[in-house]
Formats: sequence, C-alpha cells, structure tokens
Amino acid sequence: MPYSELLVRPMREELSTIGVRELRTPGDVDSFLNEKNGTAMLVVNSVCGCAAGMARPGVRLALEGERRPDRVASVFAGQDLDATARARAFMADIPPSSPSIAFFKDGELVYFMPRHRIEGRDASQVASDLTQVFTEFCAVPAAT
Amino acid sequence: MGTFHQNKGELHGITVIVDTTGPEIFVGRCDDMDDRGIFLHDVDLHRDGEGGRSKDDYVKRASRFGVFKKYDHLMIPRDRIASVRRLGEVAAE
Repeated sequence: MPYSELLVRPMREELSTIGVRELRTPGDVDSFLNEKNGTAMLVVNSVCGCAAGMARPGVRLALEGERRPDRVASVFAGQDLDATARARAFMADIPPSSPSIAFFKDGELVYFMPRHRIEGRDASQVASDLTQVFTEFCAVPAAT
Repeated sequence: MGTFHQNKGELHGITVIVDTTGPEIFVGRCDDMDDRGIFLHDVDLHRDGEGGRSKDDYVKRASRFGVFKKYDHLMIPRDRIASVRRLGEVAAE
C-alpha cells in the first residue's frame, strides 16, 4: 500500500529539484525509455531510508560532475506502481530492486546498481560508482 | 531524507546471504535477527547443486544484480544458520 503523499513528497523533491524528471505513468516511462539516442539514467526511488537515504544524495553528487547522462528520470517504487512496473519491463532480466539505478546507452541497459550495492554505503561511495559509469559512457560537454 | 527504524538491529534493511548447515542458502532483506533466528523479506532460496550451481556459484550470480524472490517473508531458525553476511560485500564479477 502506498505511503501518504505527504511523507513521500520530500523524497520526490530531493530528485526533482536537481533536474531528475519524475515518471508517474507508464506513458511517461515509455516516452523516456523509447528515446534510444544517447545516454539515460533511471533512478528507482524508494521510501526505504536504509538504502534510498543514500541513493538520492549519491545521485545528486554524481550529477554535479562534469560528465552526466543526456537524460535523467525516476520512478517511485511502492508509490507509482504502474510506472514502476512499466520501467521494470524494460529490464525484465534484472530482479526488481528498490532503490536501484539503471543506465542506458542508445537504448541498451549497460549498467545496473541494485539495492544491495547501495545499502550500508554513503552518498560519496554511491556517487563514485556512478561517476565511473558517466566517465565510461557520457560525452565530455562541449566547451562554450 | 528517509525512513529509519532505530529499534532494529544493524542488519535491518540490508540484503544478506544466510548460509545454513544444510544444502540451503538464502538471500533476502533482513528485518531483524534475535535468539530465534533471522527474519527476512523478499527471499530467494537455492539448494547446493540445484541447476548445476554450487552455493558459491549462486552467490556470485546474486551479487551482480540481486535475486528474484521466492518468498515474501521467511524466518530461518538460529540453529540452522551457519553464517550471515551482506550481499553487497561480495565482489561483483
């Protein structure tokens, strides 16, 4: 059963305020993940403080780096049930896990950070792993 | 910001590998551990040799992406537990 929206809103805003687009419906997920060009990161957000409490700040730290994905979005597991189920259908071989972070390049899943790689770690460790992924797959921004 | 449960043990919320004194090995999210045993959520069970995979093979595979659960909740009695360790501490291959 989903938690009260009052409780969850700050957890949504922790990502949305740093530019992470919230996908609330299966249609939102389809339009995000069916865009095959470039790099996309999908955060499966979660209420659980044991792991999500480190995942969100880890994502924020990683996105402050020089390289970042072309598109970043989130679904909220346990809250936006249909959207989350749709997102998981795009990675059907991967066991459901929340929080978790999936990274796609040209529409292909190339990296997945499951919950157990977030638990017990701090935000900088989560960010460090994501930064390595960004370094491998994301282009250096063009000089302005 | 998150929700926390400070009345639980240090493994609360952590995905653990519970090896037993028998052929079974479990992976699940720990709720708590006490004198009776360990209480897990979203649990997968593997038996040594099942599908041609040893316990070690199973753990290595689980460490990459996690597991598909077979049980929502499970309690493993203390006298059957050989070891408990965090899945996240197993190096991903």
